[in-house]
Amino acid sequence: MSARVARIWNALVAATRRIAGIPDYDAYVAHLKTHHPERAIPNETDFFAERQQARYRAGGGRCC
Amino acid sequence: MSAIASKLGWLLLALFGAFCLATLALHRGETISAFWLLAATLAVFFIAYRFYARFIADEALGLDATRATPAVLRNDGLDYVPTDRWVVFGHHFAAIAGAGPLVGPVLAAQMGYLPGTLWILFGVIFAGAVQDFMILFLSLRRDGRSLGDMVRMELGATAGVVAMIGVLMILFIVLAVLALVVVKALAASPWGTFTVAMTIPIALVMGVYLRFMRPGRVLEMSLIGLALLLVSIWLGGKIAADPAFAPVFTLDGRTLAWLLIGYGFLASVLPVWLLLAPRDYLSTFLKIGTVVLLAVGILVVMPDLKMPALTQFVDGTGPVFSGSLFPFLFITIACGAVSGWHSLIASGTTPKLLANEKDARLVGYGAMLVEAFVAIMALIAACVLDPGVYFAMNAPAALIGTSVDSAAQAIQHWNFVVTPDALAKAAHDIGETTILSRAGGAPTLAVGMAEILHRLVAGDGMLAFWYHYAILFEALFILTTVDAGTRVGRFMIQELAGLAVPALRKTESWTGNLIATTLCVACWGWFLYQGVVDPLGGINTLWPLFGIANQMLAAIALTLASVCLVRMKREKYLWIALVPTAWLAICTLTAGWQKVFSTNPAIGFLAHARRFAAALDQNQIVTPAKSLAEMQRVIRNDYVDAALAAAFSLLVVAMLAFGIRAALAARRSASATAHEMPRIAIAGARP
Repeated sequence: MSARVARIWNALVAATRRIAGIPDYDAYVAHLKTHHPERAIPNETDFFAERQQARYRAGGGRCC
Repeated sequence: MSAIASKLGWLLLALFGAFCLATLALHRGETISAFWLLAATLAVFFIAYRFYARFIADEALGLDATRATPAVLRNDGLDYVPTDRWVVFGHHFAAIAGAGPLVGPVLAAQMGYLPGTLWILFGVIFAGAVQDFMILFLSLRRDGRSLGDMVRMELGATAGVVAMIGVLMILFIVLAVLALVVVKALAASPWGTFTVAMTIPIALVMGVYLRFMRPGRVLEMSLIGLALLLVSIWLGGKIAADPAFAPVFTLDGRTLAWLLIGYGFLASVLPVWLLLAPRDYLSTFLKIGTVVLLAVGILVVMPDLKMPALTQFVDGTGPVFSGSLFPFLFITIACGAVSGWHSLIASGTTPKLLANEKDARLVGYGAMLVEAFVAIMALIAACVLDPGVYFAMNAPAALIGTSVDSAAQAIQHWNFVVTPDALAKAAHDIGETTILSRAGGAPTLAVGMAEILHRLVAGDGMLAFWYHYAILFEALFILTTVDAGTRVGRFMIQELAGLAVPALRKTESWTGNLIATTLCVACWGWFLYQGVVDPLGGINTLWPLFGIANQMLAAIALTLASVCLVRMKREKYLWIALVPTAWLAICTLTAGWQKVFSTNPAIGFLAHARRFAAALDQNQIVTPAKSLAEMQRVIRNDYVDAALAAAFSLLVVAMLAFGIRAALAARRSASATAHEMPRIAIAGARP
C-alpha cells in the first residue's frame, strides 16, 4: 500500500515539475540506461542545473 | 439509443447557452448575475470543443493517431519527451496565460460587459484557439520547429526576416506596456511597492536554496516562497501605516520607471538560476492556483455585474481608450480572444512534448479556451465594481482631476452616480490613499478580485489583504515576463545584428551580451518612460499599439496556417484559417490607419501632433503639457508612435503578400508541397 502511495506521489511531483518546465530525472536515467548505456549518468544536481540553463537560454517561453 | 441521448444532450446544452446569451444581451435592469455570463461561456466552449475543434482535428487537418510525433521519434529524455496530455496541457496553459488576458477585458469594460463578452467568446472559438491549435499541429509535423523557422520554410527566407523584425517590435511594446501596468499599480502605493520589491530578495533566497541546498526541489521551494510572499503582504500593511517607513516606499511613476528599467537590465544579465528561474516556478504555481481560486470565488459568490450591458462609450469617446467599437474593441482585447504571441509558445516546447498528434486538440484548442475563460473572469471582476469606481480608477487625471471631488463631478457628467465619499472609502478599504487614475487593468482587477474573494474569506482588513495579494500576483508574473522578454530580445538583436557583424552573434560573449541587452532595455524603456510621463496616462497610447502588434502577429501566424492548408491540398478547409486571418487583417489595418491618419486628435497621432505644432507656432501651451519643451516632446512622441503604427500595418501587408504568393504557387503544383517530415508510424497507437 505504502509503495503504491509513494508511486502516486512521485508521479504527481514529476507532473507538477513538468508543468513548470523541469524534466523528470528518473525518466532521464531510465532513458540513458536503455538507449545509451555507454554514456555517464549525471547526478541529479548537475542534471537540474543544466536543464534550467537550457530552458532559459532562449528566454523560457512566457507569454505576455 | 445512447447516440440519440447524446445528441439530445448537446442540443439541450446549445439551447441553454443560447438562452443565457440572449438573457445577457437583452437584459435591461440595474444589475445582472454573473451566473448568466459564466453559464453562456461554459456552454459555448463545450460545444465549440466538441464540434468545431473535432471537425478541425478530424476533417480539416486529419490528425493521425498512428503517426509518430517529434517526442516519440527523437525522445532524448530532455527536450523531446512523450508526456501525458494533461501534463502538457498544464505546461502549455501556464506558458500562454500571462497578464494580457487580465488587462484587456478590464479596459474594454468601459463599453459595457456585452461587447467584450461576445468578442472573447466568438474570437476564441473561431480565431484564437484555431490559431494555437493549427500552429501546434504545423510544428508537430515539422519536428517541433519554431514559428520563424516555419515561416521561412513555407513562405520564403525574406518573409522569415520580416516576421522576425515584427516579433522584435512587438516584444518592445509588450515589455513597455506590461512594465507600465506595474508602474501604474505601484505609484504612490507604499504597501504595493514594498511587497513587490520583496519578491526580489525572496527569489534570490529561493534561487540559492534551489541551487545549493535542495537542488531541484521546486515544490517545497515554491511553498516556502508563497509563505514568504504572504508574510511580506502582511508586513507591507505595517510599512504603509508607519510614518517613518511609508515615505521610503512611496514612489512616483518616474522613479518606478527608472527602477524597473534598471531591474530589467540587471535581471537579464544575472545567471538564470539566481532570479529568473525561481520566480518563474513560483509565479507558475501561483498563477494556476489563483486562477482556480478566482474561479471558485466567482462560482460560490456568484456576484452581480453592476456595469450596464452597453455604455455610451461604444461611440469612441471613452476615457479609458479612444476609438469606436470597431476596430478598437478587437484590438483592446487581444490575449483572451486571440493572441499572436501564443503562436511562439505553440511552436516552442509544447510540440516537443506531445506523445500523440491527437492530443493537439486538447492542448492547442483546449488550453486557449481556458485562457479565454480567465479573460471572462477578469471581465466579471471589472464589472462587479460600481461603474463610478471603475471610471474613477481608469480615467486619466487630465479628464477627472486629482481629487475625489473633481473625479466624482466628472463621472457624474458621464451619467454614472458616485459620491466623493464613496471614492475615498473605496481607497481606504483596500489600504490605499487614492484609487484615482490607476489605469492599466491590474488595480481594477485587484479591487474586483478583492470584492469577490473577500466574500469567500471575509474579515477585518481582508479586503486590503486580497487587493495587495492580487497586485502582487500580477506584478510577479509581469516581472518574470520583463526579464525573460529582455533576454529573448537580446538574443534576437544578437541574431539580427549577427547577419551584419558575425562577431555580435556569440551569445556567450560579454561584449555582445551587454550591447544587445542595453539596446533591448533602451527600446522598451523609452516607450515605458514616455508612457509614464504621458499626461493621458500612457495606457491610452501604448495599449492600442500593443493590441495592433499582437493581432498583427496572429495575422502572420494564421497566414502561415492558410498557406499550409493550400500546400497540403486541403483548400476545401481553407476558410477555417482564412476567415480569422481576414478579420484580423481588417481590424489591424483599420486600427493602424486610424491611429496614424484619423483627423480626431484623440485617436490619430498625426492629428494630435498637428494640433500641438499649431499651438507651438503661436507660443501657446496646450494642456496637459506644461512647458514649450513638453510640447515638443509630445509632438516627437506622436511621430514615433505614428511611425510604429504605420510599420505594423506595412508588416501585415507584406506578410499577406508573401502568403498569397506562396499559396498561388502551391495551387499550381499538382501534388502537396507542405514541408512536412515524412510519416513514420508508431506501433500500438491509440486508435
